[in-house]
Amino acid sequence: MRCSSSLLTAVIALLACVTALAQGPTYQLGRTPSEEDIKARDIAISPDGKELPPGSGTAKEGATIFAQKCAACHGPNGTGGGLVRGVIPLGNAKPVKLAFSLVPYATTVWDFINRAMPQTKPGSLTANEVYAATAYVLYRNDIINETDVLDAKSLPKVQMPNRDNFLPVQPGWKPGAKRPFGYYP
Amino acid sequence: MGSHSHSDRRRFLMGGAALAGVVTGAVRSVRGQTPAPEARPRDNLAYGQPSRFDDTIRKTTGRATAISDTALMTPLQDLDGIITPSGLHFLMDHVNGVPDIDPQQHRLLIHGMVDRPLIYTMDELKRLPSVSRIYFLECNANSRPLRGPNGESVQLVHGRTSCSEWTGVLLSILLKECGVQKGASWVVAEGSDANKYTMSIPLGKAMDDILVAYAQNGEPVRPQQGYPVRLVVPGWEAIRSVKWLSRIKVVDQPYMAWHESGNNADTRPDGKGLWFRFELGPKSVITRPSGGQRLPGHGPYEITGLAWTGGGAVRKVEVSTDGGRTYKEAELQQPVHRYAHTRFRIPWKWSGEEVVLQSRCTDERGEVQPTIAEAAKNLRVTPDYFYEADHFNGIQPWKVNRDGSIQNALFL
Ligand code: HEC
Repeated sequence: MRCSSSLLTAVIALLACVTALAQGPTYQLGRTPSEEDIKARDIAISPDGKELPPGSGTAKEGATIFAQKCAACHGPNGTGGGLVRGVIPLGNAKPVKLAFSLVPYATTVWDFINRAMPQTKPGSLTANEVYAATAYVLYRNDIINETDVLDAKSLPKVQMPNRDNFLPVQPGWKPGAKRPFGYYP
Repeated sequence: MGSHSHSDRRRFLMGGAALAGVVTGAVRSVRGQTPAPEARPRDNLAYGQPSRFDDTIRKTTGRATAISDTALMTPLQDLDGIITPSGLHFLMDHVNGVPDIDPQQHRLLIHGMVDRPLIYTMDELKRLPSVSRIYFLECNANSRPLRGPNGESVQLVHGRTSCSEWTGVLLSILLKECGVQKGASWVVAEGSDANKYTMSIPLGKAMDDILVAYAQNGEPVRPQQGYPVRLVVPGWEAIRSVKWLSRIKVVDQPYMAWHESGNNADTRPDGKGLWFRFELGPKSVITRPSGGQRLPGHGPYEITGLAWTGGGAVRKVEVSTDGGRTYKEAELQQPVHRYAHTRFRIPWKWSGEEVVLQSRCTDERGEVQPTIAEAAKNLRVTPDYFYEADHFNGIQPWKVNRDGSIQNALFL
């Protein structure tokens, strides 16, 4: 346990760590994964969408998939039903309700549907199905048109309604930084 | 439940690699029907249980949520000292069932912007230098004011925080083994639950004090708490402390995963959205006497409670028995650990009159816990704004009535 007086030292050490990252392994434990090992598990999609797989889909195609694989929990048109807080419209804005969504990038929706939906069988959708289901969800939230084609190129370009209303990630955050009285982030 | 596990199991095993032939039983929902193959019975002699007269248990508000079956609060009013027994640790999951993971099959993959991606087995993780540290975890939604009977209980209002001794490897050791490349600034951590719960964390914190923990209070981390291995991110909202940890990807930007960008994002009164808030503010709460309890008569009592802060160590806790007009410094249980619950105690004599008891925490940075009125004034909102606000750390007043009954006086 560090004691409280070492806070400054900790901050300095932290900065030092970040600059002195490049060094050889000390313990030589662990195994080097193969390319395939990594590829099979590397499902996270960044806001710029560089990891998105080939494939495409529209809201029109998504409507069929939604009826088959999603409506049981999300309601016939994604209008709730079965889920108390209503999973679609996206987001659960609070305490001040925003018009649409707190999701700043469409890649977030793609990634979540791909990794976690349908809840009873996550990971079971093909890339095309995920593109189509994402298109349907965005269309139902008036973010894209019914015939817009979503693919690895177009998805990251979708302008989410509140993209520009977001503050930069943790403005001014530094470890141990003093915050003003009654600070509420 | 249980039907989801097939594809999940397959994905998990593909990632685990070199696992051919163990296609069954690696990951299974605990709500599934299959009994664990090597399940051993644990009776009261093999593993001791509390007295049958003791009913110290976790509780839920009963408020329906999509995840209501896993929203359970710690009974702060019944606990002493600073350690939360593992079975009473709060539970607030965003996953589809607690995964049932065989540690022999579990792997931790570290890759991305590193010179040497590595896969660790649990045995290998345990061969690395370990540390034990006492850290609290707190849900970002903890202490939201509640209306109605639920608001009369310290457990239901403030019980989404617990404190454990965690043992594991510093994440910085693992990252240095892999050799973080220039330009990297974040890590993306992923769990091996069915939803593959995901969170982005700044590299600076990852290189500082984050633990990859496999033990809690001396025994293996419980399944509900992330068995066999989880992150513990000291002082930060507990949504970052990814359970059932199976992958760390070193990257150059936050990935805006669902549970950090949509589900746990907030808006400020000015309509601006917030993605990342990380650090929790200084907080304290009197756990005894507290809402819903009844003092049997006037005379001597001990006022006791817990304080904690994302800013490091609690420097002082003051207690008021007159609704905040005057405060007296309480005694802090020693040693005070950074990023840990801190027990405070102060003797008190009840005259039988109506009084309001409350506590105020000041942390090592000098940050002071505000009253709800002060917090509202700063934000230029009315106090009921905080009904829906995360990260609320206002002072909690408890009113003792003449008949000894105690009620929540936050909005009185
Ligand atoms: C078995 C019920 C179930 C099925 C079927 C299902 N979902 Fe969900 N879905 C949920 C639950 C529960 C959540 C909330 C999960 C959470 O908070 O982590 C959710 C969340 C979501 C979200 C995030 C929005 C929010 O408000 O939480 C999206 C988008 C979504 N589902 C899309 C889909 C799509 C598309 C399908 C069909 C391919 C689908 N879901 C099928 C239960 C289901």
